[in-house]
Amino acid sequence: MRSADVAAFAWRSLSGYRLRTLLMLAAMSMGVGSVVVLTSLGEGARRYVRNKFNSLGSNLIAVFPGRAETAGGVPGALVGRTPRDLTLDDAIALERIRAVRRVAPLTVGSAEVAWEDRSREVPVLGSTAELLEVRHLAVAQGRFLPPGDPRQPVSVCVIGWKVRQELFGTRSPLGEWVRIGDRRFRVIGVLERQGQSLGLDIDEIVVLPVASAQAVFNLPSLLRILVEVREREDVKAARLEVLRILRDRHEGEEDITVVTQDAVLATFDRILLALTLALGAIASISLAVAGILIMNVMLIAVSQRTTEIGLLKAIGASPEQIRLLFFAEAAVLSVLGALVGAALGELGSFAIRQVYPELPAFAPAWAVAAALATAVATGILFSLLPARRAARLQPALALARR
Amino acid sequence: MIRLEHIHRTFPVGEAEVQALRDVNLDLQAGEYVSIMGPSGSGKSTLLNIIGLLDRPTGGVYRLDGQDVTGLSDRQQSQVRREKVGFVFQFFHLVPRLSAAENVELPLVLAGISPEERAPLVGRLLEEFGITGRAHHRPDQLSGGERQRVAIARAMVMRPAVVLADEPTGNLDQTTGKEVIHLLEELNGKGVAVLLVTHDPELGGRARRQVRMVDGRIHSDTGAKPA
Repeated sequence: MRSADVAAFAWRSLSGYRLRTLLMLAAMSMGVGSVVVLTSLGEGARRYVRNKFNSLGSNLIAVFPGRAETAGGVPGALVGRTPRDLTLDDAIALERIRAVRRVAPLTVGSAEVAWEDRSREVPVLGSTAELLEVRHLAVAQGRFLPPGDPRQPVSVCVIGWKVRQELFGTRSPLGEWVRIGDRRFRVIGVLERQGQSLGLDIDEIVVLPVASAQAVFNLPSLLRILVEVREREDVKAARLEVLRILRDRHEGEEDITVVTQDAVLATFDRILLALTLALGAIASISLAVAGILIMNVMLIAVSQRTTEIGLLKAIGASPEQIRLLFFAEAAVLSVLGALVGAALGELGSFAIRQVYPELPAFAPAWAVAAALATAVATGILFSLLPARRAARLQPALALARR
Repeated sequence: MIRLEHIHRTFPVGEAEVQALRDVNLDLQAGEYVSIMGPSGSGKSTLLNIIGLLDRPTGGVYRLDGQDVTGLSDRQQSQVRREKVGFVFQFFHLVPRLSAAENVELPLVLAGISPEERAPLVGRLLEEFGITGRAHHRPDQLSGGERQRVAIARAMVMRPAVVLADEPTGNLDQTTGKEVIHLLEELNGKGVAVLLVTHDPELGGRARRQVRMVDGRIHSDTGAKPA
């Protein structure tokens, strides 16, 4: 039998039982479609995080006090002391590294900000003029912290967009004096509306010069130091240099943790890739269900078409040909279902992108390919049993049914 | 052409066994016109199925054109069926979703003959059986007589040496039934052996040779050579 004839025969069977065919197509395409949509969601999340990181600049190194230990208790507990704090002088020392473009010391606390009779508890960031560039912030009104010696407290502040709304309403805050903690600061700028950025709502913060913030919180230490490296390829070397300098400054003890943005990003990448894989695996359960459905329906088709099979045998079809015909039917069905499903899935992720433009929900090519392959494989696999049953029918018995 | 020697066929029915054929011996020459008659359950259809290789005997030897076909594999048997035997059934057994022409074409398709070769063969047969005008109708759009003509055309498309007809008129009114019998007789006139199973004595009586079956045995055979 010619393969074109096999395909034509299979096609005639499928178009002859339209409702049955449509239902199976629906099951198959939903399976494939859900794999495509769910993996596109996972992939979208991965790309979203990646974009967020990239918008912070990919050449960042963060220095934390204390050593991240995976074994043992609190660092320093054995020798009876807490880890050494990061200080402003540590930050200034890092500026010496040639590969480093900017260093922004960072201290964070919570304080009450008050103007006239209004007040509000907000997160307060202490930093330097460098923070603007390092964290890719933008100023909507006025200006950012002035450059200068970070060790000198200056009584100025920059406020977030929402803080401005809540304290000043429609009035311009520039030049006004606000009270933060027990000190007074002059507002010199308002940050552009930006929303969430890595767990911090930029619209809700107040930024002070680092020395002033340390005075407000009465805390000489830093939460972290952000270091921006000039060239991406120097990040690794710069990290080692940061470690070396701070070890020297801390009497030879490596009591800090230096994390490059790439390392953080790689971790997120791995987590979200695992998430995508898990989503794909869950969705592929529906593919298996679709495969079993195909088997079920093909088995019904075999018993419905018993006389037809008997007839085919009577006019000279061999068991192999009968098997091939039923097999081809399932194969055509699953290929069609898979293609329709892939199209539906792409449509679904397109819809997601329209509704959430921030989420780049594109199904990864490997997921689409795997979904298609699984669909076709299950369809064919689950048609083997019905096809074999059809091939084994006794023609005399098959024809005796009417 | 067809030689059955001591053919037995038993069917298991629950614990017991039913003997459908007991020691059947039959010789059929090429071009013969034979009717097989007998009450229902006498084994007529079983005999026809065995001759058509749709069923295997439990015992005995069946030679077709001198070849012992009892021991052939399913696959080899299907090839013999395809090339040497044409079937006509009481219930026509047309494939419902295929047109008349496509039904006639089906054996050629299974035999792997190219579409270019198939078309003229099918066209000629449709014309021969007077159904050219219905070529593109589906079976449910055809009358009973037309359906059986399509079925006979399909049985003939591979030019078999023998046509096995199992109650071909059983589902037709008398006039149409007669027409169908005439068609089969015409084929016989062209040298095709016709084996007709019927319980209608009038139709069966038209055949030159008449075999009567009772209880799984050949009761009488007008054409049997003296032993």
